[in-house]
Amino acid sequence: MATALLGERIKRKEDPRLIQGRGHYVDDIVLPGLLHLAFARSPHAHARIKSVDVTAAQAAPGVVAVYTGADLQGKVGMVPCAAGIEGLKVPEHPCLAVDEVRYVGEPVAVVVANSAYTARDAVEQVEVEYDPLPVVVDPEKALAPGAPRVHSKLADNVAFVAKLEGGDWKALEAEPGIKVIRQRLINQRLAPVAMETRGVVASYSPGEDLLTVWSSTQIPHILKTQLALMSGVEENHCRVIAPEVGGGFGSKLNVYGEEGVACYVSKALGRPVKWIESRRENLQATIHGRDQINDVEVYVRPDGKVAGLKCWIIADLGAYHQLLTPAIPTLTALMIVGAYHIPCVFVETKGVFTNKMATDAYRGAGRPEATYIIERVMDLVAAELNLDPVDVRMKNFPSPKDFPLALPTGVTYDSANYQRTLKKVLKAAGYTKLRKEQERLRKKGRYLGIGLSTYVEICAMGPSSRMPAGGWEFGSVRIEPTGKVTVLSGTSPHGQGEETTFAQIVASGFGIPYEDVTVLHGDTGVVPMGIGTFGSRTTAVGGTAIYLAVERLKKKMARIAAHKLGVKPGELEFKDGKVQTAGGEKAMRFLEVVAEAIFAKQLPPGVEPGLVEQCVFEPANFTFPFGAHLAVVEVDPDTGEVRLRNYYAVDDCGRVLNPMLVDGQIHGGLVQGIGQALWEEHVYDENGQLLTGTLMDYAVPRAHQFPWFETATTETPTRVNPLGAKGVGEAGTIGSTPAIVNAVVDALRPLGVRHIDMPLKPEKIWRVLRSASAA
Amino acid sequence: MKIRMNVNGNWREDDVEPRTLLVHYLRDVAGLTGTHVGCETSICGACTVLLNQEAVKSCTVFAVQANGAQVTTIEGLAREGKLHPLQQSFWEEHGLQCGFCTPGMILVAHQLLCRNPHPTQEEIRKGLEGNLCRCTGYQHIVKAVQSAASKMSATEPVRAVAAAG
Ligand code: FES
Ligand code: FES
Repeated sequence: MATALLGERIKRKEDPRLIQGRGHYVDDIVLPGLLHLAFARSPHAHARIKSVDVTAAQAAPGVVAVYTGADLQGKVGMVPCAAGIEGLKVPEHPCLAVDEVRYVGEPVAVVVANSAYTARDAVEQVEVEYDPLPVVVDPEKALAPGAPRVHSKLADNVAFVAKLEGGDWKALEAEPGIKVIRQRLINQRLAPVAMETRGVVASYSPGEDLLTVWSSTQIPHILKTQLALMSGVEENHCRVIAPEVGGGFGSKLNVYGEEGVACYVSKALGRPVKWIESRRENLQATIHGRDQINDVEVYVRPDGKVAGLKCWIIADLGAYHQLLTPAIPTLTALMIVGAYHIPCVFVETKGVFTNKMATDAYRGAGRPEATYIIERVMDLVAAELNLDPVDVRMKNFPSPKDFPLALPTGVTYDSANYQRTLKKVLKAAGYTKLRKEQERLRKKGRYLGIGLSTYVEICAMGPSSRMPAGGWEFGSVRIEPTGKVTVLSGTSPHGQGEETTFAQIVASGFGIPYEDVTVLHGDTGVVPMGIGTFGSRTTAVGGTAIYLAVERLKKKMARIAAHKLGVKPGELEFKDGKVQTAGGEKAMRFLEVVAEAIFAKQLPPGVEPGLVEQCVFEPANFTFPFGAHLAVVEVDPDTGEVRLRNYYAVDDCGRVLNPMLVDGQIHGGLVQGIGQALWEEHVYDENGQLLTGTLMDYAVPRAHQFPWFETATTETPTRVNPLGAKGVGEAGTIGSTPAIVNAVVDALRPLGVRHIDMPLKPEKIWRVLRSASAA
Repeated sequence: MKIRMNVNGNWREDDVEPRTLLVHYLRDVAGLTGTHVGCETSICGACTVLLNQEAVKSCTVFAVQANGAQVTTIEGLAREGKLHPLQQSFWEEHGLQCGFCTPGMILVAHQLLCRNPHPTQEEIRKGLEGNLCRCTGYQHIVKAVQSAASKMSATEPVRAVAAAG
């Protein structure tokens, strides 16, 4: 049994149960007397509810109860929004619609029955009479004077306007020779599509006045607080458990109306209830991602130095705020300068209501949009000035010596070496050779494209001062009398593998076998406090809390061992299952020190018995991982099809704790980012009907669509946390989208193509090629 | 309706509604929750099981259609506490993250290797086409199948997992 060291490729602790079908996701939880819920949902994008008749549904055999929005009014709290933006309009968002529905799929009534089949059948018998209202789908039309209003109580459809400005614009605008490049970039709406849909089991025990909720969530502790507020059960009588969670990607970083309803129904009936979302519901009524229109204006000097960037963002928020809806586009503004030293910045962000499902955090959450903008900008500059995109990037990178680097956007980048990742990816791809090949193929009428993206992102969220509900994380470490170690984390990993990473941190700290460490998370009854898993914070923030708790325990154990061994605590190290002096002359077995501490026969004065320490780690800053990606594509001029030929990614996420897991995060991210560039889009028609409501229509990428990804890392540690880890959950997604689009546009440059909006489906490209050849 | 089915080597008899889907029969009646539901429309492959050794999407098969059949679910793949080479390889190569697609992936890969014990990378990718994974980006899954293929050809011909009867 080797001691697991940080930085090693360690097999995951999570896997044995998962590869044998023995994990427990929400739908696998069965309780005695369990009832099932199904929701009646609006088929209209905007309508007044004239009446809801539940008599037939109620009378169906096996149906226990039916509740409408009116039944729940005043009894269940509103769906919460935690974003704190100045002047933000927060419309009422009931769990079940009361007078009006505002998007297709909005829940209107809930059926409770003794089986899921029966509940779904009875939903068909809920009779709702609607009076259709004018619909607004396009966010630009929603801004026009006299546009139909999504919320009639509000004066218009603008939820907020936020401005961010820095640098000496007057001087820049007057500068002779400055060139201004303008472009509209559209970042289309996406669906997160975690393979496990949402699900909740709520069980209220009247005797104990105890509400236990199993939810497929990324944030069990935040959910507990919110469900307590919504259901009226005191928070210290609520317990939320995130069992195995089948993917989240931000879509489960939320509090949903259905969860509030489930708690209410369980409490009202005194029976446990379960709701498992169907895939159709998941595509309709689980948050969507992205959906921004970005108008950019780039101020560039003749040598390719970008001196200023203006961007007007129209963010389509959908009909209501979910937990962080309006906060997401503000992250775009924050990261808009990317990896470049751009002294002047102006961003105006307008959050707009439309008759669609809410947008919110989807893998990257605001940063993919920012990266897409700035990385397209770099290529637009290169094309306009006829420079190599590599040179434009190199010219605009800050020097590694400039870090920490304070930016006009108000953030301070911790550490980076952008030149190094770019050089490394160019070398891996054989850039010069590729350009020559491109030349050759062009002469033959073949369209090879090379696309770069040198992204930076914001991770390890984050300092509490900049987070809506705290940015710290909780970790505790307890050594049991048998020497086994139990770790509690307030994070809630759901595939990222931190049961493994955390065990690596603990085992390497104590010098004990990795097998001796067990990590528990995702249960508010077990872990006293926590924030959750999102924003690549789990290892960097949650892991640090655990690391610090280990350090505290080691201090205590060293004192106890030193007392026994007659040495100074500072002389002792933890190695190979022993606590010993440097040479190993004086040593105690780890287990002996544990026994001393717990049985407490001869503890040094002032030392408390027991071995348990906890830490709440508050990071001083975010971290800013970065990387350089290069895509090689070939476009078929006859069909418009894009073939992704090669993909190279060099990512720097700070110190790597388990390279295998880092690779996995990058691969998964790449596929989602490439999916956005080439295929994925969540589409509503002008009546607000969802056209991509099944997985037949919404294009989740499949295995055969990808080449082998060539990945590598560089390691630039951060000082923001003692582990030196920055986070890697979103990197692949953020970096890849612009690399692909840049590659396709590069391929089509000989035809005069300057930009094409995503997704770059064959039909769209074919049209571009047709109009180019016609011209 | 009464049905009889051999699930993971054990015959069982149950009374089911004719409209019960095989996946719900396996999960709710047989208590084998390793088979997951990701779409209910035969697109994602999360519900893949082996029906008489063929990979099928159990969300589009009625339980009554499997009357008299041998069904293998992910729970039936390991033998006498020993992981199947595919399970072993998914573990070693990090072929899973959240694990939700994994049972289906492993079973469809099983069929792939039964039919083609030495697949190329491309053939593996093609073979996995009917199964969605939103976490892994597929690369480590492909690697896991490659590694299982070499393990299986080194030790024994592809082990059929049909129930013993
Ligand atoms: S659940 Fe059967 S294919 Fe998706
Ligand atoms: S591992 Fe999560 S969907 Fe495949």
